[in-house]
Amino acid sequence: MSSQTETLVKVEPSEPLFSKKNRKLLVDPLDGNNPVTVQVLGICSALAVTVQLVPALYMAAGLIFVSTFSNLFISLIRNSIPSRIRIIVQLAIVSLWVIVVDQVMKAYAFEASQKLSVFVGLIITNCIVMGRLEAFAMANKPWPSFLDGIGNGLGYGVILISVAFFRELLGSGSLFGIKILGSDSLTGLAYQGNGLMMLPAGACIIVGLLIWAQRARNGYAEDH
Amino acid sequence: MQQSNGYILRYTAGLTVGCALVLALVSLGLKSKQEENVLLQIKKNILATVMTLDEKSNVTDIYGKRVKSYIVDANGDVVKGMKPEGQSSSFVADQYKKPVNERQLPVYEIVNEADSTKSDYFVLPVYGYGLWNNISGYVAIEGDLNTIKGVKFSHVGETPGLGARIADDEIQSRYVGKQIFDGQEVASVVMQKGENGGGNASIAAYKGNAHAVDGMSGATITGKGVNNMLQEYFKGCYKNFFLARRTGNKQASIN
Repeated sequence: MSSQTETLVKVEPSEPLFSKKNRKLLVDPLDGNNPVTVQVLGICSALAVTVQLVPALYMAAGLIFVSTFSNLFISLIRNSIPSRIRIIVQLAIVSLWVIVVDQVMKAYAFEASQKLSVFVGLIITNCIVMGRLEAFAMANKPWPSFLDGIGNGLGYGVILISVAFFRELLGSGSLFGIKILGSDSLTGLAYQGNGLMMLPAGACIIVGLLIWAQRARNGYAEDH
Repeated sequence: MQQSNGYILRYTAGLTVGCALVLALVSLGLKSKQEENVLLQIKKNILATVMTLDEKSNVTDIYGKRVKSYIVDANGDVVKGMKPEGQSSSFVADQYKKPVNERQLPVYEIVNEADSTKSDYFVLPVYGYGLWNNISGYVAIEGDLNTIKGVKFSHVGETPGLGARIADDEIQSRYVGKQIFDGQEVASVVMQKGENGGGNASIAAYKGNAHAVDGMSGATITGKGVNNMLQEYFKGCYKNFFLARRTGNKQASIN
């Protein structure tokens, strides 16, 4: 029975690697179906690690890696996963990749890993990763799942970095740790760092504004 | 599709073993590199309290030439036959669990570049607790055993951008030139609550006070952790060592 379905699949004309459908998987999460601003997932870490740009960049890279390879791996074994324990299986695979990222960072990006501290480990609980596994990788072939993982990781990263940009600029008057505003900075403009931007509440406001701006532009409205 | 319990059990077992195997291999493969990073980081932290290191500096070389190290007890006496380098990378953390007067305390003397019998600075490791997890650091003190030359702090789990700022040069530079002693009493250096704009403004705000530094907004509890840590090590652990060395009647015999 299973060999029969396999031959059937082979008869179908194979889809080009970057067909229109596959490109959509990659590009859609960046704007129209962004995991953070449209689906409102992964907000917790968008509030926590966006005070400065450098940790936000590493966090985004870590999440892209984890979401891509978790998606790929779950998709590869999707037909063998017992449905009753599928969430646990997903969690185990996600944790596996997160620990790999953490260990590799400790070996090759020691200083960045010290800055991010616990937040790399917390990728395990990021709703975007689990959400994509459950919604996409469990039902699709490895290649589209791989692209979907990259797309959603990037979509999350874009928001993380934009939030971090505003928070670091307004909160400490710097970008990537280089002073931009303030009397002792490059520009010499007088600036008093905004303490609210250093707190998670500042991120909440910025994420809210981003969601508003993006939805207004795309004309997206929640279903009622 | 509903699978049998046997299948689920076999699947779980297989998955667990598979994941464990991958993680064991990753950990084993990266372990030497990670341990190297940690040991190098210790040497780098010690040297960085007193000098500027760039990417090209050979930390191991400079360390070998400039650092004379030994371990003292709470009375300020040198513990014979023990070297800080021979201990594991968690030595300071292990000692932290003991009562203050039973701890063994490493001292790293940075000797003069031209005359190695003269000590320029004393670098002391400190250890404590921040908001979420342990914090640690190195404090470099000038030859007068009073003025702080520089500090390096690091942490395990402080909030990035808030408490984690103790690891930033901007915060650490606030401690330079502060004093530990007020007369014969240890006054330590206390981080205040609230921040006066950061950067040079923060340093200027407490210029007149030798025992206070500007705070970190949004990270008051981490700041308190740093204060407790310095207090404990200056007042409890190293006080006798300071006093003995300051009066000069108890020259430590090295080796």
